[in-house]
Amino acid sequence: MTLPSPADTRDRLPVNRLVSPRDRRRIGTRAALASTNAVVLLMLVLFCAGPVLWMFKAAVSPAREVTTHPLALWPTQTRFSNLSDALNLLDIGSGLANSAILAIGCLVAQLVVSTSAGFALSVLRPRFGRVLYAMVLATLLVPSAVCLIPLYLTVQDMPGLGVNLVNTFWAVWLPAGANAFNVLLIKRFFDNIPAELFEAARVDGAGPLTLLLRMVLPLSRPVLAVVSMFTLIASWKDFIWPLIALTDPDKQPVAVVLPVIAKTADQSLVIAGLFLASVPPLLLFVIFQRQVVNGIGGDTGSKG
Amino acid sequence: MRDDLIAVAFLLPALFCFGYFAWWPVVKGLELSFQQTNLVDPAEWVGLLNFRRILDDPLVMTAVTNTAFFAGLALLIGFPLPLALAVQMSTVHRLAGLYRYLVYLPVMLPPVVGVLLWKLFYDPDSGVFNKALGLVGLGPYPWLQSTDSAMLSLVLEATWANLGSATLIYLAAITRVRPELYEAAETDGAGIWRRVWHITLPQLRGTVLLLLLLQLIGTLQVFTEPFVMTDGGPENATITVLLLIYRYAFVEGDYGAASAMSLMLAAALSLLSAVYLWATRRWSDT
Repeated sequence: MTLPSPADTRDRLPVNRLVSPRDRRRIGTRAALASTNAVVLLMLVLFCAGPVLWMFKAAVSPAREVTTHPLALWPTQTRFSNLSDALNLLDIGSGLANSAILAIGCLVAQLVVSTSAGFALSVLRPRFGRVLYAMVLATLLVPSAVCLIPLYLTVQDMPGLGVNLVNTFWAVWLPAGANAFNVLLIKRFFDNIPAELFEAARVDGAGPLTLLLRMVLPLSRPVLAVVSMFTLIASWKDFIWPLIALTDPDKQPVAVVLPVIAKTADQSLVIAGLFLASVPPLLLFVIFQRQVVNGIGGDTGSKG
Repeated sequence: MRDDLIAVAFLLPALFCFGYFAWWPVVKGLELSFQQTNLVDPAEWVGLLNFRRILDDPLVMTAVTNTAFFAGLALLIGFPLPLALAVQMSTVHRLAGLYRYLVYLPVMLPPVVGVLLWKLFYDPDSGVFNKALGLVGLGPYPWLQSTDSAMLSLVLEATWANLGSATLIYLAAITRVRPELYEAAETDGAGIWRRVWHITLPQLRGTVLLLLLLQLIGTLQVFTEPFVMTDGGPENATITVLLLIYRYAFVEGDYGAASAMSLMLAAALSLLSAVYLWATRRWSDT
Protein backbone atom coordinates (compact mmCIF):
# COMPACT_ATOMS: atom_id res chain seq x y z
CA MET A 1 0.00 0.00 0.00
CA THR A 2 1.53 3.29 -1.02
CA LEU A 3 0.06 6.61 -0.09
CA PRO A 4 2.30 9.25 -1.58
CA SER A 5 1.05 12.42 0.05
CA PRO A 6 2.77 15.79 0.21
CA ALA A 7 3.05 15.70 3.98
CA ASP A 8 4.57 12.24 3.76
CA THR A 9 7.59 13.41 1.82
CA ARG A 10 7.94 16.55 3.92
CA ASP A 11 8.00 14.61 7.13
CA ARG A 12 11.25 12.95 6.25
CA LEU A 13 13.09 16.25 6.11
CA PRO A 14 13.44 17.10 9.81
CA VAL A 15 15.08 13.95 11.09
CA ASN A 16 13.91 13.16 14.58
CA ARG A 17 16.86 11.65 16.35
CA LEU A 18 15.04 10.17 19.33
CA VAL A 19 15.70 6.81 17.72
CA SER A 20 19.17 6.89 16.17
CA PRO A 21 20.37 4.90 13.15
CA ARG A 22 22.41 2.82 15.58
CA ASP A 23 19.27 1.92 17.54
CA ARG A 24 17.58 0.93 14.33
CA ARG A 25 20.39 -1.50 13.52
CA ARG A 26 19.69 -3.42 16.71
CA ILE A 27 17.33 -6.32 15.97
CA GLY A 28 15.48 -6.16 19.30
CA THR A 29 14.89 -2.41 19.12
CA ARG A 30 13.80 -2.66 15.54
CA ALA A 31 11.32 -5.40 16.29
CA ALA A 32 9.93 -3.51 19.29
CA LEU A 33 9.56 -0.32 17.24
CA ALA A 34 7.96 -2.09 14.31
CA SER A 35 5.46 -3.87 16.52
CA THR A 36 4.44 -0.76 18.52
CA ASN A 37 4.12 1.15 15.27
CA ALA A 38 1.90 -1.57 13.87
CA VAL A 39 -0.23 -1.72 17.02
CA VAL A 40 -0.66 2.04 17.09
CA LEU A 41 -1.56 2.09 13.41
CA LEU A 42 -4.14 -0.60 14.02
CA MET A 43 -5.59 1.36 16.94
CA LEU A 44 -5.73 4.52 14.85
CA VAL A 45 -7.48 2.72 12.01
CA LEU A 46 -9.90 1.11 14.44
CA PHE A 47 -10.74 4.12 16.59
CA CYS A 48 -10.15 7.13 14.33
CA ALA A 49 -11.06 5.87 10.88
CA GLY A 50 -13.43 3.17 12.21
CA PRO A 51 -16.29 5.42 13.35
CA VAL A 52 -16.09 7.47 10.14
CA LEU A 53 -16.10 4.35 7.97
CA TRP A 54 -18.94 2.91 10.03
CA MET A 55 -20.89 6.09 9.38
CA PHE A 56 -20.27 5.75 5.61
CA LYS A 57 -21.42 2.15 5.72
CA ALA A 58 -24.47 2.75 7.89
CA ALA A 59 -25.51 5.73 5.77
CA VAL A 60 -26.13 3.43 2.81
CA SER A 61 -27.43 0.41 4.76
CA PRO A 62 -31.04 -0.72 5.07
CA ALA A 63 -32.59 0.74 8.22
CA ARG A 64 -32.95 -2.55 10.06
CA GLU A 65 -29.34 -3.60 9.59
CA VAL A 66 -27.92 -0.67 11.54
CA THR A 67 -29.54 -1.93 14.73
CA THR A 68 -29.47 -5.69 14.16
CA HIS A 69 -25.95 -6.07 12.73
CA PRO A 70 -24.02 -2.94 13.63
CA LEU A 71 -20.70 -4.78 13.40
CA ALA A 72 -21.21 -6.02 9.84
CA LEU A 73 -18.40 -4.81 7.62
CA TRP A 74 -20.55 -4.46 4.54
CA PRO A 75 -24.27 -3.79 4.05
CA THR A 76 -26.25 -6.64 2.49
CA GLN A 77 -27.83 -4.10 0.16
CA THR A 78 -26.50 -0.65 -0.58
CA ARG A 79 -29.21 1.95 -0.33
CA PHE A 80 -27.95 5.22 -1.77
CA SER A 81 -31.57 6.32 -1.62
CA ASN A 82 -30.99 6.95 2.11
CA LEU A 83 -28.89 9.94 1.16
CA SER A 84 -31.41 11.46 -1.21
CA ASP A 85 -34.23 10.67 1.24
CA ALA A 86 -32.36 12.45 4.00
CA LEU A 87 -31.87 15.45 1.74
CA ASN A 88 -35.48 15.57 0.59
CA LEU A 89 -37.61 14.34 3.44
CA LEU A 90 -35.95 16.07 6.32
CA ASP A 91 -34.68 19.52 7.07
CA ILE A 92 -31.17 18.35 6.30
CA GLY A 93 -31.17 19.81 2.80
CA SER A 94 -32.00 23.30 4.01
CA GLY A 95 -29.67 22.78 6.97
CA LEU A 96 -26.77 22.09 4.64
CA ALA A 97 -27.63 25.12 2.52
CA ASN A 98 -27.83 27.29 5.64
CA SER A 99 -24.49 25.96 6.88
CA ALA A 100 -22.92 26.92 3.55
CA ILE A 101 -24.46 30.40 3.60
CA LEU A 102 -23.34 30.92 7.20
CA ALA A 103 -19.81 29.67 6.49
CA ILE A 104 -19.37 31.94 3.46
CA GLY A 105 -20.75 34.95 5.29
CA CYS A 106 -18.46 34.30 8.26
CA LEU A 107 -15.55 34.02 5.84
CA VAL A 108 -16.36 37.37 4.23
CA ALA A 109 -16.77 39.06 7.62
CA GLN A 110 -13.49 37.67 8.94
CA LEU A 111 -11.53 38.51 5.80
CA VAL A 112 -12.85 42.07 5.65
CA VAL A 113 -12.18 42.72 9.35
CA SER A 114 -8.80 41.01 9.59
CA THR A 115 -7.29 42.38 6.38
CA SER A 116 -8.48 45.96 6.87
CA ALA A 117 -7.47 45.98 10.53
CA GLY A 118 -4.21 44.17 9.84
CA PHE A 119 -3.39 46.68 7.12
CA ALA A 120 -4.20 49.68 9.32
CA LEU A 121 -2.24 48.34 12.29
CA SER A 122 0.73 47.03 10.34
CA VAL A 123 1.17 49.53 7.50
CA LEU A 124 -0.67 52.76 8.39
CA ARG A 125 0.28 52.53 12.08
CA PRO A 126 -1.93 55.21 13.66
CA ARG A 127 -0.94 56.65 17.06
CA PHE A 128 -3.57 54.68 18.95
CA GLY A 129 -2.71 51.50 17.05
CA ARG A 130 -0.83 49.75 19.82
CA VAL A 131 -3.59 50.28 22.36
CA LEU A 132 -6.21 49.06 19.92
CA TYR A 133 -4.17 46.00 19.01
CA ALA A 134 -3.77 45.16 22.70
CA MET A 135 -7.53 45.50 23.16
CA VAL A 136 -8.13 43.16 20.23
CA LEU A 137 -5.68 40.60 21.59
CA ALA A 138 -7.20 40.89 25.06
CA THR A 139 -10.40 39.35 23.72
CA LEU A 140 -8.46 36.10 23.24
CA LEU A 141 -8.37 35.82 27.02
CA VAL A 142 -12.15 35.93 27.39
CA PRO A 143 -13.58 32.40 27.22
CA SER A 144 -16.34 32.29 24.62
CA ALA A 145 -18.85 30.59 26.92
CA VAL A 146 -18.65 33.42 29.44
CA CYS A 147 -19.95 36.02 26.97
CA LEU A 148 -22.68 33.91 25.42
CA ILE A 149 -25.60 35.44 27.32
CA PRO A 150 -24.56 39.09 27.06
CA LEU A 151 -23.69 38.54 23.39
CA TYR A 152 -27.18 37.18 22.82
CA LEU A 153 -28.75 40.17 24.53
CA THR A 154 -26.53 42.53 22.51
CA VAL A 155 -27.47 40.90 19.22
CA GLN A 156 -31.10 40.85 20.26
CA ASP A 157 -31.10 44.64 20.70
CA MET A 158 -28.07 46.28 19.10
CA PRO A 159 -27.18 49.29 21.28
CA GLY A 160 -27.68 52.57 19.46
CA LEU A 161 -29.06 50.87 16.34
CA GLY A 162 -32.29 49.46 17.74
CA VAL A 163 -32.13 46.38 15.49
CA ASN A 164 -32.76 42.79 16.48
CA LEU A 165 -30.47 40.42 14.60
CA VAL A 166 -31.75 37.21 16.22
CA ASN A 167 -33.04 34.79 13.58
CA THR A 168 -31.14 36.55 10.82
CA PHE A 169 -27.90 35.28 9.34
CA TRP A 170 -26.27 38.56 10.43
CA ALA A 171 -26.44 37.31 14.02
CA VAL A 172 -23.85 34.68 13.09
CA TRP A 173 -21.92 36.52 10.37
CA LEU A 174 -21.11 39.73 12.20
CA PRO A 175 -19.88 38.28 15.53
CA ALA A 176 -17.65 35.96 13.48
CA GLY A 177 -15.79 39.08 12.36
CA ALA A 178 -14.55 39.68 15.90
CA ASN A 179 -11.85 37.03 15.61
CA ALA A 180 -8.68 38.27 17.28
CA PHE A 181 -6.61 35.30 16.24
CA ASN A 182 -7.12 36.05 12.55
CA VAL A 183 -6.23 39.71 13.08
CA LEU A 184 -3.05 38.55 14.80
CA LEU A 185 -2.12 36.12 12.00
CA ILE A 186 -2.81 38.61 9.21
CA LYS A 187 -1.09 41.53 10.92
CA ARG A 188 1.99 39.42 11.56
CA PHE A 189 2.08 38.41 7.93
CA PHE A 190 1.75 42.04 6.79
CA ASP A 191 4.53 43.01 9.21
CA ASN A 192 6.92 40.84 7.24
CA ILE A 193 6.28 42.54 3.90
CA PRO A 194 9.34 44.78 3.24
CA ALA A 195 8.53 48.45 3.95
CA GLU A 196 10.47 49.57 0.86
CA LEU A 197 7.71 48.11 -1.31
CA PHE A 198 5.18 50.44 0.32
CA GLU A 199 7.51 53.43 0.01
CA ALA A 200 8.02 52.73 -3.68
CA ALA A 201 4.29 52.44 -4.25
CA ARG A 202 3.61 55.64 -2.31
CA VAL A 203 6.15 57.53 -4.41
CA ASP A 204 4.25 56.30 -7.45
CA GLY A 205 1.18 57.96 -5.97
CA ALA A 206 -0.70 54.91 -4.71
CA GLY A 207 -3.26 55.67 -1.99
CA PRO A 208 -3.81 53.35 0.98
CA LEU A 209 -6.73 51.52 -0.65
CA THR A 210 -4.74 50.82 -3.82
CA LEU A 211 -1.85 49.69 -1.63
CA LEU A 212 -4.07 47.20 0.19
CA LEU A 213 -5.99 45.87 -2.81
CA ARG A 214 -3.24 45.88 -5.43
CA MET A 215 -0.21 45.01 -3.39
CA VAL A 216 -0.75 43.66 0.08
CA LEU A 217 -3.62 41.28 -0.63
CA PRO A 218 -2.07 39.64 -3.71
CA LEU A 219 1.15 39.13 -1.73
CA SER A 220 -0.81 37.52 1.12
CA ARG A 221 -2.56 34.83 -0.85
CA PRO A 222 -0.98 31.91 1.06
CA VAL A 223 -1.92 33.18 4.52
CA LEU A 224 -5.38 34.21 3.31
CA ALA A 225 -5.96 30.70 1.96
CA VAL A 226 -5.06 29.11 5.29
CA VAL A 227 -7.16 31.57 7.28
CA SER A 228 -10.09 31.04 4.91
CA MET A 229 -9.94 27.29 5.20
CA PHE A 230 -9.84 27.32 8.99
CA THR A 231 -12.67 29.86 9.08
CA LEU A 232 -14.89 27.77 6.82
CA ILE A 233 -14.28 24.61 8.83
CA ALA A 234 -14.77 26.35 12.18
CA SER A 235 -18.01 27.92 11.01
CA TRP A 236 -19.31 24.59 9.69
CA LYS A 237 -18.52 22.94 13.04
CA ASP A 238 -19.98 25.69 15.20
CA PHE A 239 -22.92 24.59 17.32
CA ILE A 240 -23.75 26.56 20.43
CA TRP A 241 -23.92 30.08 19.00
CA PRO A 242 -26.15 29.20 15.98
CA LEU A 243 -28.29 27.16 18.38
CA ILE A 244 -28.90 30.28 20.43
CA ALA A 245 -29.01 32.92 17.71
CA LEU A 246 -31.12 31.04 15.14
CA THR A 247 -34.26 29.51 16.63
CA ASP A 248 -36.18 29.44 13.36
CA PRO A 249 -35.73 25.89 11.93
CA ASP A 250 -35.69 27.30 8.38
CA LYS A 251 -32.54 29.28 9.16
CA GLN A 252 -30.65 26.73 11.26
CA PRO A 253 -27.41 25.14 10.05
CA VAL A 254 -27.16 21.39 9.76
CA ALA A 255 -25.26 21.06 13.06
CA VAL A 256 -28.26 22.50 14.91
CA VAL A 257 -30.82 20.59 12.85
CA LEU A 258 -29.26 17.14 13.31
CA PRO A 259 -29.80 16.67 17.08
CA VAL A 260 -33.46 17.63 16.66
CA ILE A 261 -33.94 15.19 13.80
CA ALA A 262 -32.07 12.44 15.64
CA LYS A 263 -34.81 12.37 18.28
CA THR A 264 -37.60 11.42 15.91
CA ALA A 265 -36.43 10.35 12.47
CA ASP A 266 -35.59 6.92 11.14
CA GLN A 267 -32.10 5.93 12.22
CA SER A 268 -30.63 5.23 8.80
CA LEU A 269 -31.80 8.64 7.59
CA VAL A 270 -30.22 10.29 10.62
CA ILE A 271 -26.93 8.57 9.86
CA ALA A 272 -27.26 9.62 6.21
CA GLY A 273 -27.66 13.16 7.57
CA LEU A 274 -24.55 12.80 9.74
CA PHE A 275 -22.66 11.62 6.68
CA LEU A 276 -23.86 14.53 4.53
CA ALA A 277 -22.91 17.01 7.24
CA SER A 278 -19.39 15.53 7.38
CA VAL A 279 -18.71 15.58 3.65
CA PRO A 280 -17.84 19.29 3.25
CA PRO A 281 -15.24 19.46 6.06
CA LEU A 282 -13.78 16.12 5.03
CA LEU A 283 -13.52 17.34 1.42
CA LEU A 284 -11.72 20.46 2.61
CA PHE A 285 -9.46 18.20 4.65
CA VAL A 286 -8.60 16.14 1.58
CA ILE A 287 -7.97 19.20 -0.58
CA PHE A 288 -5.98 21.15 2.01
CA GLN A 289 -4.51 18.19 3.87
CA ARG A 290 -1.01 19.56 4.04
CA GLN A 291 -2.05 23.01 5.26
CA VAL A 292 -4.35 21.47 7.88
CA VAL A 293 -1.88 18.98 9.27
CA ASN A 294 1.08 21.34 9.16
CA GLY A 295 -0.92 24.39 10.15
CA ILE A 296 -1.72 22.88 13.54
CA GLY A 297 1.89 22.57 14.55
CA GLY A 298 2.84 25.79 12.79
CA ASP A 299 0.47 27.93 14.82
CA THR A 300 2.05 27.03 18.09
CA GLY A 301 5.46 26.95 16.49
CA SER A 302 5.47 30.72 16.28
CA LYS A 303 4.34 31.00 19.87
CA GLY A 304 7.25 28.87 20.99
CA MET B 1 -3.82 63.82 11.68
CA ARG B 2 -5.18 63.06 8.21
CA ASP B 3 -3.26 59.79 8.22
CA ASP B 4 -4.89 58.86 11.51
CA LEU B 5 -8.32 59.49 10.01
CA ILE B 6 -7.53 57.23 7.06
CA ALA B 7 -6.39 54.55 9.52
CA VAL B 8 -9.66 54.90 11.43
CA ALA B 9 -11.55 54.38 8.19
CA PHE B 10 -9.70 51.12 7.66
CA LEU B 11 -10.33 50.12 11.25
CA LEU B 12 -14.08 50.72 11.08
CA PRO B 13 -15.05 47.07 10.34
CA ALA B 14 -12.88 45.86 13.22
CA LEU B 15 -14.15 48.57 15.58
CA PHE B 16 -17.72 47.66 14.70
CA CYS B 17 -17.30 43.89 15.14
CA PHE B 18 -15.08 43.96 18.21
CA GLY B 19 -17.02 46.84 19.73
CA TYR B 20 -20.40 45.20 19.45
CA PHE B 21 -19.52 41.53 19.74
CA ALA B 22 -16.39 41.33 21.88
CA TRP B 23 -15.90 44.41 24.08
CA TRP B 24 -19.48 45.48 24.76
CA PRO B 25 -20.67 41.98 25.87
CA VAL B 26 -17.97 41.96 28.56
CA VAL B 27 -19.35 45.20 30.00
CA LYS B 28 -22.92 44.09 29.43
CA GLY B 29 -22.27 40.77 31.18
CA LEU B 30 -21.07 42.57 34.30
CA GLU B 31 -24.10 44.83 34.25
CA LEU B 32 -26.59 42.02 33.61
CA SER B 33 -25.36 40.02 36.57
CA PHE B 34 -26.87 42.65 38.84
CA GLN B 35 -30.05 43.18 36.83
CA GLN B 36 -33.32 41.47 36.02
CA THR B 37 -34.62 41.77 32.48
CA ASN B 38 -37.49 40.23 30.53
CA LEU B 39 -36.24 41.72 27.24
CA VAL B 40 -39.31 43.96 26.97
CA ASP B 41 -39.31 46.38 29.90
CA PRO B 42 -36.18 48.30 30.88
CA ALA B 43 -33.81 46.19 32.99
CA GLU B 44 -34.09 46.59 36.72
CA TRP B 45 -31.18 46.74 39.19
CA VAL B 46 -31.51 43.97 41.74
CA GLY B 47 -28.18 43.98 43.53
CA LEU B 48 -26.96 40.53 44.51
CA LEU B 49 -30.34 38.85 44.03
CA ASN B 50 -29.17 36.85 40.99
CA PHE B 51 -26.23 35.46 42.91
CA ARG B 52 -28.44 34.55 45.86
CA ARG B 53 -30.83 32.79 43.49
CA ILE B 54 -27.93 30.73 42.09
CA LEU B 55 -26.52 29.83 45.48
CA ASP B 56 -29.99 28.67 46.57
CA ASP B 57 -30.36 26.38 43.57
CA PRO B 58 -29.22 22.85 44.52
CA LEU B 59 -28.61 22.09 40.83
CA VAL B 60 -25.72 24.57 40.79
CA MET B 61 -23.63 22.50 43.16
CA THR B 62 -24.41 19.40 41.08
CA ALA B 63 -23.40 21.21 37.89
CA VAL B 64 -20.17 22.48 39.44
CA THR B 65 -19.13 19.05 40.74
CA ASN B 66 -20.12 17.40 37.46
CA THR B 67 -18.10 19.91 35.46
CA ALA B 68 -15.08 19.47 37.72
CA PHE B 69 -15.48 15.70 37.43
CA PHE B 70 -15.66 15.94 33.64
CA ALA B 71 -12.57 18.17 33.49
CA GLY B 72 -10.65 15.92 35.88
CA LEU B 73 -11.54 12.75 34.04
CA ALA B 74 -10.81 14.37 30.67
CA LEU B 75 -7.43 15.39 32.03
CA LEU B 76 -6.68 11.94 33.36
CA ILE B 77 -7.55 10.20 30.09
CA GLY B 78 -7.17 12.88 27.47
CA PHE B 79 -3.98 14.54 28.63
CA PRO B 80 -1.32 11.77 28.61
CA LEU B 81 -2.72 10.01 25.56
CA PRO B 82 -1.80 12.58 22.88
CA LEU B 83 1.62 13.07 24.43
CA ALA B 84 2.40 9.35 24.35
CA LEU B 85 0.95 9.08 20.87
CA ALA B 86 3.05 11.98 19.61
CA VAL B 87 6.26 10.51 21.03
CA GLN B 88 5.46 7.20 19.39
CA MET B 89 4.47 8.83 16.11
CA SER B 90 7.74 10.75 16.04
CA THR B 91 9.60 7.45 15.64
CA VAL B 92 7.54 6.49 12.60
CA HIS B 93 9.32 6.95 9.28
CA ARG B 94 7.21 5.14 6.75
CA LEU B 95 3.62 6.29 6.38
CA ALA B 96 4.17 9.14 8.85
CA GLY B 97 1.58 11.14 6.92
CA LEU B 98 -1.00 8.39 7.22
CA TYR B 99 -0.67 8.36 11.02
CA ARG B 100 -1.26 12.10 11.10
CA TYR B 101 -4.32 12.02 8.89
CA LEU B 102 -5.83 9.20 10.89
CA VAL B 103 -5.31 10.86 14.23
CA TYR B 104 -6.70 14.16 12.93
CA LEU B 105 -9.73 12.66 11.18
CA PRO B 106 -12.14 12.89 14.16
CA VAL B 107 -11.21 16.54 14.67
CA MET B 108 -12.47 17.36 11.19
CA LEU B 109 -15.98 16.05 11.84
CA PRO B 110 -18.48 18.57 13.17
CA PRO B 111 -18.69 17.99 16.98
CA VAL B 112 -22.43 17.33 16.72
CA VAL B 113 -21.81 14.53 14.23
CA GLY B 114 -19.24 12.88 16.51
CA VAL B 115 -21.54 13.17 19.51
CA LEU B 116 -24.57 11.74 17.70
CA LEU B 117 -22.48 8.95 16.22
CA TRP B 118 -21.17 7.95 19.64
CA LYS B 119 -24.68 8.13 21.03
CA LEU B 120 -25.59 5.38 18.57
CA PHE B 121 -22.47 3.42 19.52
CA TYR B 122 -23.42 3.64 23.20
CA ASP B 123 -26.90 2.19 22.65
CA PRO B 124 -27.20 -0.64 25.23
CA ASP B 125 -28.97 -3.07 22.86
CA SER B 126 -27.94 -2.26 19.34
CA GLY B 127 -24.81 -0.16 19.88
CA VAL B 128 -21.44 -1.07 18.40
CA PHE B 129 -19.69 -1.04 21.77
CA ASN B 130 -21.90 -3.53 23.56
CA LYS B 131 -22.05 -5.77 20.48
CA ALA B 132 -18.24 -5.77 20.17
CA LEU B 133 -17.65 -6.25 23.90
CA GLY B 134 -20.28 -8.99 23.86
CA LEU B 135 -18.14 -10.93 21.40
CA VAL B 136 -15.45 -11.28 24.07
CA GLY B 137 -18.00 -11.97 26.80
CA LEU B 138 -18.14 -8.50 28.39
CA GLY B 139 -21.12 -6.35 29.20
CA PRO B 140 -23.72 -5.31 28.32
CA TYR B 141 -22.90 -1.94 29.85
CA PRO B 142 -25.49 0.81 30.32
CA TRP B 143 -23.10 3.60 29.16
CA LEU B 144 -25.20 6.79 28.97
CA GLN B 145 -28.18 5.36 30.83
CA SER B 146 -26.54 4.93 34.20
CA THR B 147 -25.63 7.74 36.56
CA ASP B 148 -22.34 5.95 37.25
CA SER B 149 -21.07 5.67 33.70
CA ALA B 150 -22.77 8.54 31.85
CA MET B 151 -20.07 11.12 32.55
CA LEU B 152 -17.27 8.67 31.73
CA SER B 153 -18.99 7.95 28.42
CA LEU B 154 -19.05 11.66 27.60
CA VAL B 155 -15.36 11.98 28.48
CA LEU B 156 -14.45 9.08 26.20
CA GLU B 157 -16.25 10.72 23.28
CA ALA B 158 -14.71 14.12 24.00
CA THR B 159 -11.24 12.59 24.22
CA TRP B 160 -11.74 10.87 20.88
CA ALA B 161 -12.97 14.09 19.30
CA ASN B 162 -10.10 16.25 20.55
CA LEU B 163 -7.14 13.89 20.60
CA GLY B 164 -5.92 14.83 17.12
CA SER B 165 -5.12 18.50 17.59
CA ALA B 166 -3.10 18.01 20.79
CA THR B 167 -1.20 15.13 19.19
CA LEU B 168 -0.21 17.19 16.16
CA ILE B 169 0.85 20.12 18.33
CA TYR B 170 3.08 17.85 20.43
CA LEU B 171 4.42 16.20 17.30
CA ALA B 172 5.42 19.57 15.86
CA ALA B 173 7.14 20.46 19.14
CA ILE B 174 8.98 17.12 19.19
CA THR B 175 10.41 17.65 15.71
CA ARG B 176 11.89 20.92 16.96
CA VAL B 177 13.95 19.19 19.68
CA ARG B 178 17.61 19.62 18.68
CA PRO B 179 19.17 16.35 17.44
CA GLU B 180 22.47 17.12 19.25
CA LEU B 181 20.73 16.56 22.58
CA TYR B 182 19.77 13.04 21.60
CA GLU B 183 23.22 12.34 20.18
CA ALA B 184 24.90 13.51 23.37
CA ALA B 185 22.57 11.36 25.47
CA GLU B 186 23.22 8.37 23.28
CA THR B 187 26.97 8.83 23.56
CA ASP B 188 26.49 8.84 27.32
CA GLY B 189 24.77 5.48 26.97
CA ALA B 190 21.14 6.53 27.48
CA GLY B 191 18.59 4.14 25.97
CA ILE B 192 15.49 5.24 24.10
CA TRP B 193 13.27 5.33 27.20
CA ARG B 194 15.78 7.44 29.09
CA ARG B 195 16.05 9.80 26.12
CA VAL B 196 12.26 10.20 26.09
CA TRP B 197 12.20 10.84 29.82
CA HIS B 198 15.25 13.08 30.13
CA ILE B 199 15.24 14.92 26.80
CA THR B 200 11.97 14.79 24.88
CA LEU B 201 9.59 15.44 27.77
CA PRO B 202 11.65 18.21 29.43
CA GLN B 203 12.07 19.90 26.04
CA LEU B 204 8.29 19.83 25.58
CA ARG B 205 7.61 21.35 28.98
CA GLY B 206 6.43 24.69 27.64
CA THR B 207 4.00 23.11 25.17
CA VAL B 208 2.78 20.62 27.77
CA LEU B 209 2.05 23.35 30.31
CA LEU B 210 0.25 25.51 27.74
CA LEU B 211 -1.92 22.68 26.44
CA LEU B 212 -2.73 21.55 29.97
CA LEU B 213 -4.13 24.98 30.80
CA LEU B 214 -5.98 25.28 27.48
CA GLN B 215 -7.50 21.84 27.93
CA LEU B 216 -8.68 22.69 31.43
CA ILE B 217 -10.24 25.95 30.27
CA GLY B 218 -11.88 24.15 27.37
CA THR B 219 -13.30 21.22 29.32
CA LEU B 220 -14.68 23.45 32.06
CA GLN B 221 -16.87 25.01 29.34
CA VAL B 222 -18.19 21.66 28.09
CA PHE B 223 -21.64 21.95 26.53
CA THR B 224 -22.24 20.06 23.28
CA GLU B 225 -21.61 16.57 24.69
CA PRO B 226 -24.03 16.74 27.63
CA PHE B 227 -26.57 18.84 25.70
CA VAL B 228 -26.81 16.52 22.69
CA MET B 229 -26.01 13.15 24.24
CA THR B 230 -27.83 13.12 27.56
CA ASP B 231 -29.46 16.54 28.02
CA GLY B 232 -27.94 16.58 31.48
CA GLY B 233 -29.40 13.23 32.50
CA PRO B 234 -29.82 10.64 33.80
CA GLU B 235 -30.96 12.26 37.05
CA ASN B 236 -28.80 15.34 36.39
CA ALA B 237 -25.65 13.19 36.39
CA THR B 238 -24.25 15.07 33.39
CA ILE B 239 -25.61 18.55 33.91
CA THR B 240 -22.71 20.99 33.53
CA VAL B 241 -22.20 24.65 34.33
CA LEU B 242 -22.68 25.83 30.76
CA LEU B 243 -25.72 23.61 30.29
CA LEU B 244 -27.24 25.17 33.39
CA ILE B 245 -26.45 28.67 32.11
CA TYR B 246 -28.18 27.76 28.86
CA ARG B 247 -31.24 26.48 30.73
CA TYR B 248 -31.45 29.54 32.97
CA ALA B 249 -31.41 31.83 29.95
CA PHE B 250 -33.24 30.00 27.19
CA VAL B 251 -35.56 27.64 29.04
CA GLU B 252 -36.46 29.74 32.07
CA GLY B 253 -35.81 33.17 30.52
CA ASP B 254 -33.82 34.23 33.58
CA TYR B 255 -31.00 36.17 31.91
CA GLY B 256 -29.90 37.71 35.19
CA ALA B 257 -29.17 34.35 36.82
CA ALA B 258 -27.53 33.12 33.61
CA SER B 259 -25.26 36.18 33.51
CA ALA B 260 -24.40 35.90 37.18
CA MET B 261 -23.48 32.27 36.68
CA SER B 262 -21.35 33.20 33.61
CA LEU B 263 -19.58 35.81 35.70
CA MET B 264 -18.81 33.21 38.35
CA LEU B 265 -17.51 30.85 35.66
CA ALA B 266 -15.33 33.64 34.30
CA ALA B 267 -14.00 34.37 37.77
CA ALA B 268 -13.22 30.69 38.33
CA LEU B 269 -11.42 30.40 34.98
CA SER B 270 -9.37 33.56 35.60
CA LEU B 271 -8.45 32.42 39.07
CA LEU B 272 -7.45 29.03 37.72
CA SER B 273 -5.30 30.60 34.99
CA ALA B 274 -3.67 33.02 37.43
CA VAL B 275 -2.84 30.34 40.00
CA TYR B 276 -1.64 28.06 37.25
CA LEU B 277 0.64 30.65 35.67
CA TRP B 278 1.98 31.65 39.07
CA ALA B 279 2.66 28.03 40.02
CA THR B 280 4.31 27.07 36.74
CA ARG B 281 6.46 30.19 36.73
CA ARG B 282 7.72 29.39 40.21
CA TRP B 283 8.34 25.84 39.13
CA SER B 284 10.17 26.92 35.97
CA ASP B 285 12.40 29.30 37.94
CA THR B 286 13.76 26.63 40.21
